[in-house]
Amino acid sequence: MGDIVELKRELLKDVDLAEQLLGRERPVKTEVEIRGKITRSMVEEISRIKKEPDWMRRLRLRSLELFYKLPWPKWLTGIEVLDLDEMVYYAKPEAERASSWDELPKEIREYYEKLGLPELEARFLAGLVGVFDSETVYARIKKYLEEKGVIVLPMEEAVQKYPDLVKQYFMRVFPPSDHKFAALHGALWSGGTFIYVPPGVKIREPIESFFLIGRSGEGQFEHSLIVAGEGAYVEWIEGCSAPRLSRFSFHDGMVEAYAHRNATIKIITVQNWSKDVINLNNKRAIAEEGARVDWVEGSIGSKITYVYPSTILKGDNSATRSAVVTIAKGPYLKDSGSKVVHVGKNTRSQIINKTISADGGINVYRGIVRVVRGARNATANVECESLILDDKSKAHTYPHNQVDEPTASVNHEATTGRLTEQQLFYLTSRGLTEDEAKSLIVLGFLEDVLRELPFEYATVLTKVVQLEFSEYGAFG
Amino acid sequence: MGLEVVNLTAKVGDKIVLRNVSLKVDYGAVHVIMGPNGSGKSSLAYVIMGRPIYEVLEGDILLDGESIKDLPTEERALKGIFLAQQDPPQVPGVRLSSLIITFTNKKLGAKDLTRPKDPSVIKRMYEVATKLGLPREILQREVNVGFSGGEKKRSEILQAMLFDAKIVIFDEPDSGLDIDGLRIVADYIKSLRDAGKGVMLITHYARLLNYVKPDKVTVLLDGKVAATGGPELAQLVEEKGYAYLRAKIAKGGGSTGV
Ligand SMILES: Nc1ncnc2c1ncn2[C@@H]1O[C@H](COP(=O)(O)OP(=O)(O)OP(=O)(O)O)[C@@H](O)[C@H]1O
Ligand SMILES: [Mg+2]
Repeated sequence: MGDIVELKRELLKDVDLAEQLLGRERPVKTEVEIRGKITRSMVEEISRIKKEPDWMRRLRLRSLELFYKLPWPKWLTGIEVLDLDEMVYYAKPEAERASSWDELPKEIREYYEKLGLPELEARFLAGLVGVFDSETVYARIKKYLEEKGVIVLPMEEAVQKYPDLVKQYFMRVFPPSDHKFAALHGALWSGGTFIYVPPGVKIREPIESFFLIGRSGEGQFEHSLIVAGEGAYVEWIEGCSAPRLSRFSFHDGMVEAYAHRNATIKIITVQNWSKDVINLNNKRAIAEEGARVDWVEGSIGSKITYVYPSTILKGDNSATRSAVVTIAKGPYLKDSGSKVVHVGKNTRSQIINKTISADGGINVYRGIVRVVRGARNATANVECESLILDDKSKAHTYPHNQVDEPTASVNHEATTGRLTEQQLFYLTSRGLTEDEAKSLIVLGFLEDVLRELPFEYATVLTKVVQLEFSEYGAFG
Repeated sequence: MGLEVVNLTAKVGDKIVLRNVSLKVDYGAVHVIMGPNGSGKSSLAYVIMGRPIYEVLEGDILLDGESIKDLPTEERALKGIFLAQQDPPQVPGVRLSSLIITFTNKKLGAKDLTRPKDPSVIKRMYEVATKLGLPREILQREVNVGFSGGEKKRSEILQAMLFDAKIVIFDEPDSGLDIDGLRIVADYIKSLRDAGKGVMLITHYARLLNYVKPDKVTVLLDGKVAATGGPELAQLVEEKGYAYLRAKIAKGGGSTGV
């Protein structure tokens, strides 16, 4: 009897949230598929398929050279499970780009429906872009945005239609020379969203992009670029998920954001890859004078995640706030940490990092605050909170501050909370199961971050937490 | 009927904390447990509640004649046993109001534990808090985090009231409580008895017993039942102390009746 209970527990540990939503991988027809060793001709073929201008083709090839040359980053451990010579690096699904859901092939539409996106779009979003494997399969924005001159386009279409605009920013915020896999991203990027908000335009409804990986052994290199003109306001939500796959897939995506004078960009990510995705995110923003960039990252899924939302506070009086929540429940690794570089005077940053480790999960925090000389009166506040739910799980915090400006003030606070036997007994003595007790504690731990999210996303995250800690793995 | 502990022997770590303990908590009655520090009173409460670090070596625990010995803690709670702890732990991040909403939902069999299934619970918890002399804000604070000693005790009583169990175990509800608090606890215990609930009351002091006349008194020494009796036993302990009782037992040999 005890053995069966134990066995059931073991099996349940392997429950995958994304799998519960999206099921297992199903075949989706592809029009083009490029796989194998990463070569120059592979990169050129992708560029050809996308009918790119020459500057983009050259940017790809330059990036490829860098990929070959740059050393393997020390912080990227675990990525070895991928066989980089065997992956599918470009997969174009057999689907014309749709602007209504029924135009999509059924296999693809089903995924989005299971995620509740059509309904969310109708109720809540100013625009939605859906990327499946390597290409955008769905894009629609509300009319009023076009009228105001807002551009929301699949990245490759933006490259063709607005080359001069895109060129000013593309991989200039996050250069391919940064590390080996930023370079690989530059060489192979495909899919993603371009958003441009003209000066003075404020969009109160968020725009969402949703990324799906639909196959095993795939590499997804989606690239999104958000530019807010002077005094503009935009909120971008990024979601990602995948069905359960039979082999590891690799996500090496990039988000670049540029906030011009007094603009505000808010980026919210809900990452729920299935647990066979190795997830590397390259995220960086630049804030000009008086501008503000906010990041909220909820990192739930994937086998391994590396995510470090970064902001360069270039202009005086610019500010950023980055709230990152990571959950590692089971044999998974979340390596996260916000990074801020203070360049301008009176720049302000706030970093909040919350990690939850359970069932042997490991969280690592690797944030960086740099204040360069001349960034007078810069202030940075860093709060790292780790919640560890059992003895098997771990949380490590490696904060790094580099302050070269004597008038700057940098504060760092780190706390680690462990769920104790007394607490667990206390809550179960109130009629809660262990899992309910844990989910109550986790939701309480996340409360302040959840409160910042739009209601729809707070609800999704709450459900996800309850599901992660529910014994039967079914929606309540 | 009621709660019955039968020949219970239990250990925690390597330490045997209860040895062959038997006692009954009847409905409509108050059973007082006394004993010196470390004699096993809290252990008895924990074992009844099924705290996993305690292991039952022998004996049984019955609720209304049915064994609950192998049930997990939450099921014992849901069957109607509530433990107001001697020193409840802090639960950072969890607001007292969330905890109350969650357990009242659980008791009502709600699927979503986060939003109150019975919205009147919100109003009630504030009313009860006020009645107990707790500031309203305490419901929005994290459970026991920074609560004063007396606030902790009152918060346990608050939860007991909202949990509405049929057997309520109070582990030293009176220690560290001011005189008003003492009256409130006493009144609550009396109201439970009047409502036909069973009360197990662990206390060191006869002071509380001046307000609530116990129906039964049991004294534990070294994890064993050393004496049982009525209110007069509590009085005896108060006047003469445990050394006297110990000596008397050593002479007389018997472990029940004084
Ligand atoms: N986890 C543990 N490991 C070892 N011994 C323990 C453990 N918990 C309790 N004990 C011991 O068990 C004995 C009984 O403790 P218990 O808390 O039941 O006493 P008590 O009668 O409630 O005392 P008090 O009046 O001080 O509250 C004590 O000697 C205590 O040190
Ligand atoms: Mg005690």
